[in-house]
Amino acid sequence: MIAHADTIPKQRHPLIAFLLRWLLTTNHKEIGTLYLCLAFLLFFIGGAMAMVVRLELFQPGLQFTQPDFYNQMVTLHGLIMVFGAVMPAFVGLANWLVPLMIGAPDMALPRLNNFSFWILPFAFILLLSSMFMEGGAPNFGWTFYAPLSTTYGPPSTDYFILGVHLMGVSSVLGAINVMVTILNMRAPGMTLFRMPLFVWTWLITAFLLIMAMPVLAGAVTMMLTDRHFGTSFFEASGGGDPVLFQHVFWFFGHPEVYIMILPGFGIASQIIPTFARKKLFGYHSMVIATIAIALLSFIVWGHHMFAAGMPLAAELFFMYATMLIAVPTGVKVFNWVATMWRGSMTFETPMLFAVGFVIMFTIGGFSGLMLALVPADFQYHDTFFVVAHFHYVLYPGAIFGTMAAVYYWLPKWSGRMYDERLGKIHFWTATIAVNLTFFPMHFSGLAGMPRRIVDYSIAFADFNMLSSIGAGLLGLTQILFLYIVVKALTSGEKVTDAQVWEGAEGLEWTLPSPAPLHSFETPPVIEPDDAHAAADRA
Amino acid sequence: MSEAPAVGETPRYYVPHTSVWPIVGSVALFIMAYGLVTMIHQTTDKVAAEGTHGVWIFYIGLGIVAFMLFGWFGTVIRESVTGMNSGLMDRSYRMGMQWFIVSEVMFFAAFFGALFYARVISVPWLAGAGSNLETHTFLWPDFADVWPLFMTPGGTETEAMEAWGLPFINTVILVTSSVTVTFAHWALKKSQRIALGVWLAITVLLGAFFLLLQVVEYAEAYEELGLTLGSGIYGSTFFMLTGFHGAHVTMGTVMLAVMLFRVFSGHFTPENHFAFEATSWYWHFVDVVWLFLFTFVYWF
Ligand code: HEM
Ligand SMILES: [Cu+2]
Repeated sequence: MIAHADTIPKQRHPLIAFLLRWLLTTNHKEIGTLYLCLAFLLFFIGGAMAMVVRLELFQPGLQFTQPDFYNQMVTLHGLIMVFGAVMPAFVGLANWLVPLMIGAPDMALPRLNNFSFWILPFAFILLLSSMFMEGGAPNFGWTFYAPLSTTYGPPSTDYFILGVHLMGVSSVLGAINVMVTILNMRAPGMTLFRMPLFVWTWLITAFLLIMAMPVLAGAVTMMLTDRHFGTSFFEASGGGDPVLFQHVFWFFGHPEVYIMILPGFGIASQIIPTFARKKLFGYHSMVIATIAIALLSFIVWGHHMFAAGMPLAAELFFMYATMLIAVPTGVKVFNWVATMWRGSMTFETPMLFAVGFVIMFTIGGFSGLMLALVPADFQYHDTFFVVAHFHYVLYPGAIFGTMAAVYYWLPKWSGRMYDERLGKIHFWTATIAVNLTFFPMHFSGLAGMPRRIVDYSIAFADFNMLSSIGAGLLGLTQILFLYIVVKALTSGEKVTDAQVWEGAEGLEWTLPSPAPLHSFETPPVIEPDDAHAAADRA
Repeated sequence: MSEAPAVGETPRYYVPHTSVWPIVGSVALFIMAYGLVTMIHQTTDKVAAEGTHGVWIFYIGLGIVAFMLFGWFGTVIRESVTGMNSGLMDRSYRMGMQWFIVSEVMFFAAFFGALFYARVISVPWLAGAGSNLETHTFLWPDFADVWPLFMTPGGTETEAMEAWGLPFINTVILVTSSVTVTFAHWALKKSQRIALGVWLAITVLLGAFFLLLQVVEYAEAYEELGLTLGSGIYGSTFFMLTGFHGAHVTMGTVMLAVMLFRVFSGHFTPENHFAFEATSWYWHFVDVVWLFLFTFVYWF
């Protein structure tokens, strides 16, 4: 039995009770909800900044913004989307789903869980307040290369640095929690190789976070001392090197991009088997591919620096290592397709998003391979081609993955169904908008349009107009998504069945819908075949 | 580790009450961060902000953090003493601490990375190695590749810190303290409370002594050697690595002192002493980092 005393007396003023409940909660579902709400809020803020950027780029010339403000918008957009939208959304999903999927009563360290979450709003207050400071917000791009961020950074850079420190603390503590939960809290019989893939991918994501975030903390700390205490880490006249910053940053940065996609891989691997009504093809190879990707991600950071100046041997090493990552990635895509092969497929909204994920993520993987070629990258680097690449892996990857997850598990979380027709409309408009926004960037990039510059040659005008129209549409689809979720929560059809989707497997579908506040008060017993993996049958 | 937890353990799992400490901690970290930036802006010259309140805001934040830790750990200790913790929870705490130490290792790895980069790449390159002859010839023709870096390309000079003086004594102190904390642990496991107290007290004293010598060493660096944060990449890596290590020794010493205090209050049993063990892991970790520091910062 779970010893849980409600310490909040019932007769408190409702508003205070409400605040206390959310401020003090140690429940994984409530904290998961908080993460998802914060991520969605920041997604809108970051999205609004993207709208400013696309509005400015609608036509060549300076229309709406001054160059410095444009740079601030590009920078904050990137930082907020990476640290504020994608990462918290995934942590929110982990909070909601990991205990359900492994048959645990809650996260392993519930108080720490609350701490990890509530650090975040403050971190973003620090970061966003920089917009209102003298000298403006950080304007050096989300990668904050030295010396732009050291010698030339505005005063608000220091708030940004401390903001990043707080985000780092939050992520590391959150990752430790997920890690320990998965390693220690599995129900009897839930062996590692019976875990659902979402849990596996999060286990590995947690490892990446624990290994990479402290390095980012080191990078911003060196920035801070270079800015104010006279050190010369990134200063050649003192024996340091600005390129050192890039090495440290990308040592964090490349694992970070996998932090932003691995949980998405996990989500696709949960959803596709359900709607193909088949077991996931190649469970073990999926797990091994994920581990391989994670380990390789620590030795490929140099592919972001091909044009920055490295010895030839290093360029070659990073090129081959990067291309090697395509192998386990290909294994995954192959397995998803093989899962669908000859399945009895239906295309409910989560499945649409998952299939869209597979197809468009693959496009992004291919442009990544092009970028991995050193001589080609000399041409493509710092052009819109790179922007196209990472938006193809991140939007249909991380964002579609998250949305697929929300559609898929919302009935379980809330006990209410979303509107299937609106969901389909959402998927198709979003897919059209994503491609309209980001596909033309491949062309403008290959033709030489540099990224992060407020103005551009009229030669790129048509492509940019298309991108901006697409971006506007994409912005509207977010409002549709918000509407669909709110509608589902307030007036959606009630779900009574525990098994929401007929083909779904996993422990979360054995709990009633909506899932009770405390997941598994007594540990479920996992028979070899209940577990998601077909591992034991092999 | 593919073994799932044994049957019968999970049901006793204890989910804590709602807790006020985490939110107190978040607010405190925010205050600290804000205060730190304000303080930096008010005391360094890059952004010359008016006033002196930054440092006070920072201390207030720090004070609340200490208060929070006190309250939070107090709650956990109470739970532990009243036997609410299960074996499962104990294992969660252990794993949590282990992964925390892994993250700390990576934090130091970033600074060691900077050190190795400077020694193996940036300093030789500035002196013309590889394909960098032009940088050398046209920008800083007088610059020579030596380590410790006595003179930066820009011309700032410094002397190097000698390894076999204070730093070596500090090595001996820290290694000894790792041994004494292990003796304390053995004593705890055999219920020899007096030996436990004595060895632990010696460990705390050694930690404090290390810190004292570190202060002496810094004073010598600044006043006699001209080795400062501003003396180029040698000074930067020297102070960053030893400084963060020193901060960790401080943390570790405080933690050990708290453990000593708890030993005096009769806490810990031979079976149940997670906090003590976690502190000793942390202490060993700090010790190992120092060995790397001694080797690569001072010695070679
Ligand atoms: C097949 C796998 C992939 C390969 C071979 C690959 C390769 C590359 C290369 C070579 C670059 C550097 C381009 C340049 O700056 O010149 C790059 C940039 C980038 N990639 Fe990938 N990538 C892959 C997958 C991913 C994934 C899965 C994500 C994230 C979910 C991602 C996110 C990014 C981001 C954010 C950047 C740009 C960072 C910046 O400069 O702002 N990539 N990729
Ligand atoms: Cu990369």
